[in-house]
Amino acid sequence: MTNALPAHLKRLEAESIHIMREVVAETRNPVMLYSIGKDSSVMLHVAMKAFHPARPPFPLLHVDTTWKFREMITFRDETAQRLGLNLIVHINEDGVRRGISPVASGSQVHTQIMKTEALRQALDKGGWDAAFGGARRDEEKSRAKERIFSHRSAAHAWDPRNQRPELWRLFNTRMRDGESMRVFPLSNWTELDVWEYIEAENIPVVPLYFSKARPVVERSGALIMVDDDRLPLEPGEVPREIKVRFRTLGCYPLTGAIESEAETLADIIAEMRASTTSERQGRLIDSDEAGSMEKKKREGYF
Amino acid sequence: MNEALRLSALPTLRLLTCGSVDDGKSTLIGRLLYEKKLIFDDQLSALERDSKKFGTTEDDIDFALLVDGLEAEREQGITIDVAYRYFATEKRSFIVADTPGHEQYTRNMATGASNADLAIVLVDARKGLLTQTYRHSIIASLLGIRHIVLAVNKIDLVGYDEKTFRDIVIAYRQFAEPLGFHSLYAIPLSARYGDNVSATSERTPWFEGVHLMDYLERIEVEEDRRTAPFRLPVQWINRPHLDFRGVAGTIASGRVARGDPIVVAGSGRQTTVAGILVADAEAESAEAGDAVTLTLADELDIARGDVLSHPDHRPEVADQFTANVIWMSADAMLPGRSYLMKIGTRTVPASVTELKHRLDVNTYDKLAAKRLDLNEVGLCNLAVTMPVAYDAYVDNRDTGSFILIDRLTNGTAGAGMIAHGLRRATNVHWQGLTVGREAHARLKHQKPAVLWFTGLSGAGKSTIANVVEAKLHARGVHTALLDGDNVRHGLNKDLGFTAADRVENIRRVGEVARLMTDAGLIVLCSFISPFRAERKLVRDTAAAGEFIEIFVDTPLATAIARDPKGLYKKALAGQIKNFTGVDQPYERPESPDLTLLSGEEGVEALADRVVAELERRGNVARF
Repeated sequence: MTNALPAHLKRLEAESIHIMREVVAETRNPVMLYSIGKDSSVMLHVAMKAFHPARPPFPLLHVDTTWKFREMITFRDETAQRLGLNLIVHINEDGVRRGISPVASGSQVHTQIMKTEALRQALDKGGWDAAFGGARRDEEKSRAKERIFSHRSAAHAWDPRNQRPELWRLFNTRMRDGESMRVFPLSNWTELDVWEYIEAENIPVVPLYFSKARPVVERSGALIMVDDDRLPLEPGEVPREIKVRFRTLGCYPLTGAIESEAETLADIIAEMRASTTSERQGRLIDSDEAGSMEKKKREGYF
Repeated sequence: MNEALRLSALPTLRLLTCGSVDDGKSTLIGRLLYEKKLIFDDQLSALERDSKKFGTTEDDIDFALLVDGLEAEREQGITIDVAYRYFATEKRSFIVADTPGHEQYTRNMATGASNADLAIVLVDARKGLLTQTYRHSIIASLLGIRHIVLAVNKIDLVGYDEKTFRDIVIAYRQFAEPLGFHSLYAIPLSARYGDNVSATSERTPWFEGVHLMDYLERIEVEEDRRTAPFRLPVQWINRPHLDFRGVAGTIASGRVARGDPIVVAGSGRQTTVAGILVADAEAESAEAGDAVTLTLADELDIARGDVLSHPDHRPEVADQFTANVIWMSADAMLPGRSYLMKIGTRTVPASVTELKHRLDVNTYDKLAAKRLDLNEVGLCNLAVTMPVAYDAYVDNRDTGSFILIDRLTNGTAGAGMIAHGLRRATNVHWQGLTVGREAHARLKHQKPAVLWFTGLSGAGKSTIANVVEAKLHARGVHTALLDGDNVRHGLNKDLGFTAADRVENIRRVGEVARLMTDAGLIVLCSFISPFRAERKLVRDTAAAGEFIEIFVDTPLATAIARDPKGLYKKALAGQIKNFTGVDQPYERPESPDLTLLSGEEGVEALADRVVAELERRGNVARF
């Protein structure tokens, strides 16, 4: 029930709706990047409200690295069907042919080819001039300085020194042919806001966020789930069944689980309030070195 | 987020920190997060690692590294952009904009201030008030911030001296008096050691106020937008099927309820509110900040850019107004140049008709000026091509603000805050002409056009234009010729050759050419017109399709060798300033309608090509 929404969540929701409507009113051909995670679930839920009673006037795009958790793919397809939305799935087929994988190629190469390059391919192919993403400014330091409307060159590059100032609620959406905008309607949400909103609005999320006994192996301090038989076990490695959940979802060999007893949304929120580690701690691709997110973004990563 | 249970009923406080380089803004934010235990373990260990590598605090943790995000600024030790931080305590949520102290990045501070309710102005206790302190306070005031915390930082480095603190506070109060702040709270603190940050310091026993966090958690800043008149800038028309037509937007101020009468500003059409959706839920009423979709009792012609209001409290409507403009582009703002203005949800062509004065943001003095450079602020008169609805910025931040967009780069070039409309704008109406431009042209058996010859001095523009005019005259075509030198003896004899005067020169010529095409003439204009923006302005002034840009392309060396008036010789000797090609740039046309290489073909042949182009376009009859 919207009436029950706390004031700060209602304000965040209204701001996100405002941003989405600006994009639909001012750009030629928008698309929504749908990554299946909790932030995408919230973004999609807000989009359903923003254009009600119309359907969101844009398709969903999922860049599939082929290494997502199986439960994510099931959830993705169910969600698109339940909401009656047009879902476009893009895979970098060239990368698949070259056998790129997080296991064989390492996290950096895999992310570059199957995510960053794949995204550029997909956007070029679709001819979209605006793409919504679910990133939040509280996730990472270089995200904190990202604009809500992030202007990208025809080569999808982000220039942190040449961003347009964003004043009031006046977003400058003008661009030349071939250029595009990445738009982040959830910029001002925090991780806690996201979970509180999911609880208040009863939004479905991938079951992996909830604790359950799952087979995992421990690698460099991270708990990696053995989601299918593509994860080669090292000598002596035997998967253990322990109660874990995921705080953030990516490619399964690159996403660390946390030990947790949180089986419900209320449990998750309580656990988060007591947490002493940040959200992206479980993402192995961020910890390569300081500034790694910024480097990826300049190359066209979301 | 230990113990960070949020009481959601409390409003979020949006604040920004500003001050000079090294005043310790980032350190203060880092310290707040650290003391409130809002730094996570993995962030803290990264911080300890980075402090050893980049830090400036020797053994201690360098809190600034926690919030300085981008690599370049980390290396320089300077925050170069606006960074937003989010945190919540038991009592309140905060959004903090960390804005730069470096002089050349003032535009970012204005950006941070535009959405903030309170500003923390940091002053280094050892240095006292600096140019930056004045600058940032004035910008905060211009952007409508009404609550200031004066944080006298590094109080440890002056031995926790009370007099140093008092002197700074007295000086600041005196300076800030004309800035219209509603509240000003001064506090001595040390961001590095935590004095008076989130606990009262024992080392400043003479200070009787509350510590910073306590103050921030309790201050009331909400200007009650709900009690202001109702304003809904229309974002989007929602028409999923024939039975539903909704007007979607975010309520800028006031309230609206089902059955309320509403009026479309400008057109004056009225109806009543039939239904309200707040987000996707039906509601009896809605208020400022809500994203709504209204259905109306009557089918009115409403589009994006319109503003809905209550009939008894309408916004102003004008096509000219006075506004404070903050310039944010490296390309200077020149009066007469054409920009796009985005105001609310409306985007319209606009130009600055007069720069009344530049504001010295260090002293608050009003200075005469002909242009605004990057980071400068000025009071301007602006004209837009159609009447728009607005309120004064002091009354409504959403309907009183606008941005100016560069028409060539699409960059956001300036931000403006409307002071008031110009009364005459509402009284000047276009004359409806009984004999239209088509009638004039028909009588002459020709289609009017502006032939715009641009190129360096000595390129051969006037020579070619004269031959073209003679050829057209011989065919019985009605023409007029406007030449740079001749116009400057009469119409524009008050103008010089600065960039600003060159813009005005071209603007006037464009207007005259437009009037002449209205009379059905083919107008030949021969002007150096070195700037793309002005040539675009003339193109926009002309009727659609009637502007023909002819680039007379000559290498500079050839033009200097010709030097028909001896001007290059003088310019190269430094006797003439602002001479195109010598000490002022010539911006080559990117896609001219016709390019004439005047060094390679004879004048007759080049003139024939122009006439052939007019035949091809149907402006004159073929023989």
